[in-house]
Amino acid sequence: MAEITFEDVKKVYGEDVVAIQDMNLDIPDGEFVVFVGPSGCGKSTALRMVAGLEDITDGKLFIGDEVVNDVPPRERDIAMVFQNYALYPHMNVRENMAFALKLRKVDSDEIDRRVNDAAKILGLENFLNRKPVALSGGQRQRVALGRAIVRDPKAFLMDEPLSNLDAKLRVQMRTEIAKLHNRIGVTTIYVTHDQTEAMTMADRIVLLKDGIVQQIAPPQEMYEYPNNVFVAGFIGSPAMNFVKGHLEKDNGNIVAAFGEARVPLSREKLENVDLDPYINNDVVVGIRPENIEDAEVVENPEGTTPITVEPQVIESMGNEKYVYFELSQAEKAHMESLAEEEAEVGGEDDDAGELLVARVSPETVAREGKEVRLLIDSSKVHLFDPETEEAILQ
Amino acid sequence: MAAATSSGSGNLWRSVAFYAFIAFFLLVALFPLLWVFKMSIITRAEIFASPPTILPNTLTGTSYETIFSDARFQRAILNSVIVAGVTTVICLFLGSIAAYAIARLRFRFKSPFLTLILAIAFFPPVAIIAPLFVQFSQAGIINTYASLIIPDVVFALPLTVWLLVAFFKELPFDLEEAAKVDGATTLQAFWKVIVPLSAPGVFTTAILTFIFAWNEFLFANTFAFDISVQPVTVVIPQFATIYTVDYGAQAAAAVVVTIPLVILVLIFQRRIVSGLTAGAVKG
Ligand SMILES: Nc1ncnc2c1ncn2[C@@H]1O[C@H](COP(=O)(O)OP(=O)(O)OP(=O)(O)O)[C@@H](O)[C@H]1O
Ligand SMILES: [Mg+2]
Repeated sequence: MAEITFEDVKKVYGEDVVAIQDMNLDIPDGEFVVFVGPSGCGKSTALRMVAGLEDITDGKLFIGDEVVNDVPPRERDIAMVFQNYALYPHMNVRENMAFALKLRKVDSDEIDRRVNDAAKILGLENFLNRKPVALSGGQRQRVALGRAIVRDPKAFLMDEPLSNLDAKLRVQMRTEIAKLHNRIGVTTIYVTHDQTEAMTMADRIVLLKDGIVQQIAPPQEMYEYPNNVFVAGFIGSPAMNFVKGHLEKDNGNIVAAFGEARVPLSREKLENVDLDPYINNDVVVGIRPENIEDAEVVENPEGTTPITVEPQVIESMGNEKYVYFELSQAEKAHMESLAEEEAEVGGEDDDAGELLVARVSPETVAREGKEVRLLIDSSKVHLFDPETEEAILQ
Repeated sequence: MAAATSSGSGNLWRSVAFYAFIAFFLLVALFPLLWVFKMSIITRAEIFASPPTILPNTLTGTSYETIFSDARFQRAILNSVIVAGVTTVICLFLGSIAAYAIARLRFRFKSPFLTLILAIAFFPPVAIIAPLFVQFSQAGIINTYASLIIPDVVFALPLTVWLLVAFFKELPFDLEEAAKVDGATTLQAFWKVIVPLSAPGVFTTAILTFIFAWNEFLFANTFAFDISVQPVTVVIPQFATIYTVDYGAQAAAAVVVTIPLVILVLIFQRRIVSGLTAGAVKG
């Protein structure tokens, strides 16, 4: 077990494809860190540099106290789980798991003991003599994990290990990996593009975009205090709503105005921020769907801001409903950093891109096409600079 | 077999037509072989009968007795095995190293390089036979195994490289990386993971190379003067006296030299078609 440190690590492919830009990160011994970000942001590259499968263009990478920039993979003593498992097809499950130990000339009794232990932990006892081709996706995934845990390595690296599994199995394996980590406590770097996986599994999340680290924080902190528009939009589902707003002073209160809505900003939040440059200027207002509720089901409307909207689509999730609406006279803010994401998501429903969404109680009285009053939780409103997209009020 | 899955009398006709076509195709493809086989088991009189018989009337083993009692033929088979075998080994050794590099490394001018290799394969052998004859004579290797093996390797190697590149490219890259992370050196990764996995591809290539060299006639007929090096392709036409050609013996010899190839393919067919790499990744 060991800590892993990135010190100004940079990766350039070929002449000018910058995959990772000056990355700094300290992973203490035993931490479970998740690298998350959209496709092509450099997550795999960062992970593969730790594994030694990709050389480091600039900066230093430490495993323990040792700079490993020039240490080949086999001497780094780390285990990796690949997205498509990379099991050796000509070896059975036992041989797959024993391969690394054999290469290290561990004696055969010890190999048997460790393989059997790992098989027990992962429920693979009955499959030890099967070839990978005769296993289901979930079982293959477990063998890939088993191959990593028999080794007792300094660190685990996992590159989207669950993305080939179906939704249900994914959730199940997610828990199993978390349990495994609690049990053996090895430093782990886990790569995924799924924010739910990041939120549920991570001790800390490292959010990347275009090779640049956007924020490093524990899941809850990243959810509550996103650094910028990109982080705010990436973490949370459905994604945060962004509208163009205007900051005004009103009887000593600062209010964020958009459309008919005027959201007074809570004083506690304002204590350590200087909003003066933004007064009477444009801002981007960010509101999470879960911070908008149907007025009818709210018992105490104190600290909320009402808006009246006409729902266009209502989706029922069973335990909650998603209400999609347009906000009259307010414009949805189209953030550059989110443009690609929206393009991907927007594919299913062109309108959804233009609509705001509220995540309300299933008891809501909202009906499609009928006006309804919604309440925004004023204390949960985020403000961003429209130019830099940095958070001004988290 | 879409024809066989649906029911009804219309479909019956379709499946009859389907199998009739397959039978016809097989007949056309196999006709030369069947005809040669027939010639090898009938009497000399029947070979010359006019009109020719479709099915053999008289069965005889004389032709096979002739060739197997002929020391020349036995020697020729040995020569063929040596020439084709050595050619195959050399081609596979050089070819697999080259192909692995081409498949796995990134370097400039890769595709022009591959095209150039292919161009060599299309070069007409007849065009270089005279200069080669002079050079081999001067080098003192004319009428040795080397004078057959060298041109065979030159013309078979492009084929070998192309086939192996295709096979190596199919292998999942991840496996090699997994092996390295598991603690293997590059050489260990190659021997313990890549080689076992590429076995089907290597076998296929080996067989095709062997067949190529086994069937070679032009160089053999020019560079090999006597029975100490002449392979079967050169010796078969020699089953003749000044007055007559022994067609029966030639046919029998042709059958005999085809059998090793058929056996090779049958033995390795399962390895060739078995998708050994299946299951490495989600398939
Ligand atoms: N071998 C390579 N040569 C050149 N560019 C590369 C190479 N590998 C990756 N890249 C580029 O580097 C960037 C980061 O790639 P990387 O594979 O790390 O992305 P990722 O975050 O893992 O994406 P995904 O979620 O799609 O796996 C991408 O823009 C990619 O095109
Ligand atoms: Mg990736």
